[in-house]
Amino acid sequence: MATSQKPIASMSSITKRFLDVTANNDIDFNLYPGEICALLGENGAGKTTLMNILFGYYACDEGEIFIKGEKAELSAPRDAISRGVGMVRQHFALVPSQTVLENIIIGTDYGKGLFLDLKSARTKLLRLQKKFGLQVDPDARVWTLSVGEQQKVEILKALYRDVDILIMDEPTAVLAPAETVELFNTLKSMVKEGRSVVFISHKLNEVMEIADRVVVLRGGRVVAGRKTSETNIKELANLMVGRDLLERLEKKKVRPGKPVLEIENLRALNDKKLLALKGLNLVVRKNEILGMAGISGNGQRELSEALFGTRDPIGGTIKINGEAPRLGSPVSFIRLKMGRIPEDRIETGLMMDLSVEENLILENHATPEFQRFGMMNFKKIHQFSEDLIGAYSIMTAGRDAVTSSLSGGNLQKVMLARELAGRPAVVVASQPTRGLDVGAMEYIHQRILQEKERGAGVLLISEDLDEIFALSDRITVLYEGVIMGDVPVAEASREQIGLWMSGVTK
Amino acid sequence: MGEFLEAAFISGLMGAMMRMATPIIFATLGEILAERSGVLNLGIEGIMLMGAMTGFLVTFGTGSLWFGVLMAAIVGMILGLLMAFLSVNLGLSQHVSGLGITLFSTGLAMFIYRLYFGSPTVPPIVPPFKQVSLPLLSKIPVIGPGLFTQYTLTYLAWLLIPVMSILLYKTKMGLKIRTVGENPVVADTVGVSVILTRTLCLVVGGALMGVGGAFLTLAHQNMFLIDVIGGRGWVSIAMVIFGNWDPLKGAIGALIFGFLDGLQLRLQGLGFHISFHIFLMIPYLLTIVALIGVSRKASVPASLLKPYRREEKGG
Ligand SMILES: Nc1ncnc2c1ncn2[C@@H]1O[C@H](COP(=O)(O)OP(=O)(O)OP(=O)(O)O)[C@@H](O)[C@H]1O
Ligand SMILES: [Mg+2]
Repeated sequence: MATSQKPIASMSSITKRFLDVTANNDIDFNLYPGEICALLGENGAGKTTLMNILFGYYACDEGEIFIKGEKAELSAPRDAISRGVGMVRQHFALVPSQTVLENIIIGTDYGKGLFLDLKSARTKLLRLQKKFGLQVDPDARVWTLSVGEQQKVEILKALYRDVDILIMDEPTAVLAPAETVELFNTLKSMVKEGRSVVFISHKLNEVMEIADRVVVLRGGRVVAGRKTSETNIKELANLMVGRDLLERLEKKKVRPGKPVLEIENLRALNDKKLLALKGLNLVVRKNEILGMAGISGNGQRELSEALFGTRDPIGGTIKINGEAPRLGSPVSFIRLKMGRIPEDRIETGLMMDLSVEENLILENHATPEFQRFGMMNFKKIHQFSEDLIGAYSIMTAGRDAVTSSLSGGNLQKVMLARELAGRPAVVVASQPTRGLDVGAMEYIHQRILQEKERGAGVLLISEDLDEIFALSDRITVLYEGVIMGDVPVAEASREQIGLWMSGVTK
Repeated sequence: MGEFLEAAFISGLMGAMMRMATPIIFATLGEILAERSGVLNLGIEGIMLMGAMTGFLVTFGTGSLWFGVLMAAIVGMILGLLMAFLSVNLGLSQHVSGLGITLFSTGLAMFIYRLYFGSPTVPPIVPPFKQVSLPLLSKIPVIGPGLFTQYTLTYLAWLLIPVMSILLYKTKMGLKIRTVGENPVVADTVGVSVILTRTLCLVVGGALMGVGGAFLTLAHQNMFLIDVIGGRGWVSIAMVIFGNWDPLKGAIGALIFGFLDGLQLRLQGLGFHISFHIFLMIPYLLTIVALIGVSRKASVPASLLKPYRREEKGG
């Protein structure tokens, strides 16, 4: 990390515009051999854009790039890959219908001749898995994997390519704590071999732990560079957001009321047709947040899907406010006022090709308020969506902007705005702050607390123990499809929850 | 009705099945290749027609059947390239580009034919391909003579089925094609050119469609008529779905179609007193019925119909 060294990659005066947004504005960025450099910044600050430029995925409008001392004209990722640049992208770049192995070897020059040499590819992969401890079945089809497992495939894909410069765009957003530790060990052994890593994360404690140096972006510009040894979390948060963050969330005392969500003996299969929920019971009351901790892959996805009406359970009952929705029917859950915040906002939460407004109105478009005789009342709809964009301060070019142009935090705001607009009786939020910056996270947390104070019952499914402890009134743990326990937050200890998460009961 | 069971009838039916299936197999394989890379090529019907016309014309002019087939393939490649330019490079709607090519080719085929032959009262003919009996296999009783006395192009079609399966599932190129068809962003970010892969698939696919068309004017018949393709291109599109984008299953579909086509000819011959139009409909009708059953489970290449442009977010 000696900065006197020559940079292995150097980007100078990079500017990139998208229509009316300047995503990168005259940015200088250097990466040195053997260092881990963190890129920090709010959602939409331009981190992904800058790295996409280094990876050759976007062409910059102005500026120059030097890799290993040579000027690099990058017209496609291929040009970057051939110079030893690898990137684990923020949104998965995997083919769900293909196997892990196929996903990893595609495009690499494995084996000789025309034919796929799966055998030697597998040997190499297994060796990598052994060395770095990233366990996934090479023959599993990617669609059957949990989000965390898919992220491992992405990481293996980069490692398999033997890169000198590895860009990791929020790799830990979907990893369980133990998996993050694994990843950090991997990264440390990589830089020890002289490779360099660009690490993007919103988790400041992780950045402090793993990075040698931090570069902070705000509004498309570099606002600061620090050595991690010479800064602290508070200063970084401040640099990112441009203001001080709350020290602690304010949790008002409200007495929980009657049960609003009752689940009895719920049983559901996962995509592999194996039993993922094995007779699950739980109750969420009005004015209460039930935090569900647990490592993903233990039935969280199946539970949330059953509660969203997108998965048909094979047994058990669900009641919302005492009424039973038709299982497997999303509209029935919406009618009973279920606010649904799925873990994957891009795949299941939003229609990326539609406008912001269309996404906001998606669940309400057929209500009498917004249509008559099948004709949409656009005056009201425009009003409605503009109100929401204002109320949630969604950063977008306008209600007509295509949703895919929004940054991660703003996508989540759109979803929250849509789901909470109908004043739901129950809110099921699955990993609601995954991938969000500290400012946005604070905002979402406040919104969830407000919902509870308003009178909703909230089921918060999260892998992030800090989040669980900060928001919940009661904590449970989901482990291998069953509830491990249930404890008021005041009496809960991290040790206890940690034990439950690994399947130990006392 | 005893005729049904006679060896000659069965053998004849088997032979017709193989013959009728041949153009469909070529075109289906060509279309599978295109669709696996993410492009629906609705130019298929027109490309087949241009292949049929070119094959006939070249053979008529040069006297060489194989040169005719070769030129049909080349014309198919050129039209495939045009399809690639419109739908891949320019990123136009695949439906519009494909239908445009079919309309254009239909007009062009007729135009060139007229230019060369005028409007003859009796259509000109060429001496067509001869059937070749495979040693031993064609001696199998009952089915042998029918199944294994075929045109070389038919044997070639059958050879192409495993070749295409191996290409798609066992080669590096095949993995690239499948990946481009499933998720072009993935392909792009691992350094596989989406444009090049799709163009290649459309060009090779076009060649197969062209040869499928030429089979109809150089083997199945020996003349060119404007309705010689008779919707076989569209049937091939259906066979791709029927076969779930798999070469072998698609070929089985083509075989079933060939069987029905052969059967309806023979039933007409047996003298049922129903309009022959009804018989002509049978294979098409059953294709629709089969599709209803199969397409519910279909696993469509995920990026089919979607032009790829990089500067868009959401990968
Ligand atoms: N392809 C695109 N088309 C239009 N606008 C885009 C595109 N890609 C990014 N943007 C815009 O550029 C800005 C920077 O986006 P970018 O994705 O780089 O942010 P980020 O720092 O990675 O945010 P996050 O933490 O949410 O991932 C945002 O305002 C975003 O809306
Ligand atoms: Mg980003």
